[in-house]
Amino acid sequence: MIVGQAPGAVPEPLTALNRDGSAIRFDRATLGYGPRIVWSDLSLVVQPGEFLAVLGPNGSGKTSMLRALLGLTALGAGGLEVLGSVPRRGNPAIGYVPQHAGFDRDVPMRGRDLVGLGVNGHRWGFGGLTPVERSRVAEALRAVGAERYADQPIGRLSGGEQQRLRIAQALVGNPRLLLCDEPLASLDLRYQQEIAELIGSWSRSSSGTVVFVTHDVNPVLAYAQRVVFVVNGRWAAGTTDEVLTSETMTRLYGAPVEVVRVRGRIIVVGDATGSGLDLDEPYEFPDPGADAR
Amino acid sequence: MIDQITHLLGYEFAQNAVIAGLLVAVVAGLVSRFVVARNMSFAVHALAELGFTGAAGFVLIGLSPVLGLLTGSLLTAVFIATLGQRIRERDAIVGVVMAFGLGLGVLFITLYTRYASEAFAILFGAITAVSRGDLLLLGAMAVIVIVGLGILYRPLTFASVDPVVAEARGVPVRLISIVFLLLLAAAVAEAVQVVGVLLILTLLITPGATAERLTAHPGRATLASVGVALLATLGGIGLALATTIPVSFFVTTIAFACYLGARFGPLSRGAR
Repeated sequence: MIVGQAPGAVPEPLTALNRDGSAIRFDRATLGYGPRIVWSDLSLVVQPGEFLAVLGPNGSGKTSMLRALLGLTALGAGGLEVLGSVPRRGNPAIGYVPQHAGFDRDVPMRGRDLVGLGVNGHRWGFGGLTPVERSRVAEALRAVGAERYADQPIGRLSGGEQQRLRIAQALVGNPRLLLCDEPLASLDLRYQQEIAELIGSWSRSSSGTVVFVTHDVNPVLAYAQRVVFVVNGRWAAGTTDEVLTSETMTRLYGAPVEVVRVRGRIIVVGDATGSGLDLDEPYEFPDPGADAR
Repeated sequence: MIDQITHLLGYEFAQNAVIAGLLVAVVAGLVSRFVVARNMSFAVHALAELGFTGAAGFVLIGLSPVLGLLTGSLLTAVFIATLGQRIRERDAIVGVVMAFGLGLGVLFITLYTRYASEAFAILFGAITAVSRGDLLLLGAMAVIVIVGLGILYRPLTFASVDPVVAEARGVPVRLISIVFLLLLAAAVAEAVQVVGVLLILTLLITPGATAERLTAHPGRATLASVGVALLATLGGIGLALATTIPVSFFVTTIAFACYLGARFGPLSRGAR
């Protein structure tokens, strides 16, 4: 386990890890907006095919981490490598699944069109897809089990159906890295499990790397090989069993926190975690970093 | 009535009106799709009203009101784009700028006492007063807007439907919204020629809103939007030539009828 910013903690030396083959490499990375440091001195290597869950309370900089990986936010200090190069906007090898936000009910767009935007939506000009691209869209729709409603208006679909389409849109370009920003938030429990399973099985079957930001670790417990927990500018990384312990959480929060395991679920409670910091608290507000959009 | 229209089409003013109507309708229909998708009704209103201020100011110093309209709405677009960094701020900024600009417009109109008809034309449209010179300017603006939208079309669609994902995929969302605002300003200045400042929404909102009710296919919705704008504009000009009732009345009525038809008629895709 690696713990950042905690007294006496020594980050694992990066040289011990496979530098060239890594999917993501944070090297003593610090990110902040103006004078405010969101997190600092983050050193973390994610291997290809790994499923990493990013946990932490609202405002702890989870979304900012994804924005840094997408090349949308620059680091204040330190290094970051994504798929062997510096982060750059519009990297086609990266897929992105956002938090569920309902589409306007009457938006003239069908599921198929939404997935198609994953193929050509970033290209200037107008016009439709080529036959080859259309078959790739059909394949992505099949992969997420969305064929049944592929020709229906997206505004009339359920949250779970819309999220499946967003995953198809992210996967249609055959990415090597999938960044997910709270894709389960505001979904019913059943849909949460389905969506987590979909992303987990994609990672396994295609050896794709996943960085999965979530306020609740439970739906992804079966898939996440490692977690990184970020709070108050401090962080800890390791397996769930290593990181989600009362000791580590108390050290991160700097106040007593208890981690309870009940019926296979993990619950983090404590005075310091306050209202928004309980892992099981429903997600309400995006990180401050999201405001910069 | 048909005879009356064909007879009048022999005159230059009527020909100019039809050509101007065609240009305006195509531009308005295209732009309207994105105005509706991006919830920009209020911005359209502000661009038009400050276009009015620009036109009034230009008339006061003896310049073309069409150029004044364009200048007024473009300056407003730049202002909104510069100050309205965040979506939730934008509404308030549009309101603040619009209120001040309209105040200026009142001053200009008061100072320019010779022809009240100029003000009336800008407020309610005067397509039958379009000159050959105006037509050239309208044509040039139409080409700029159509070509601009042609280039932006796909990323603008992406950014309008899902801005967060579009940005993550590398679409320059902010740049696109600024460029669209400028194109919208030009489209507003065009559409004012037909329906005037006060009725601008009939060409820049109704076609797009009607199209959304007709089809869930994005490409067809764009075509439907242009179709509604063409029907309302050309139908309105034709009916106005045959009667003595102003063009604006017919344009707004036809557009509204199209919307009602799309909402409740047999072609509606239904409101579940």
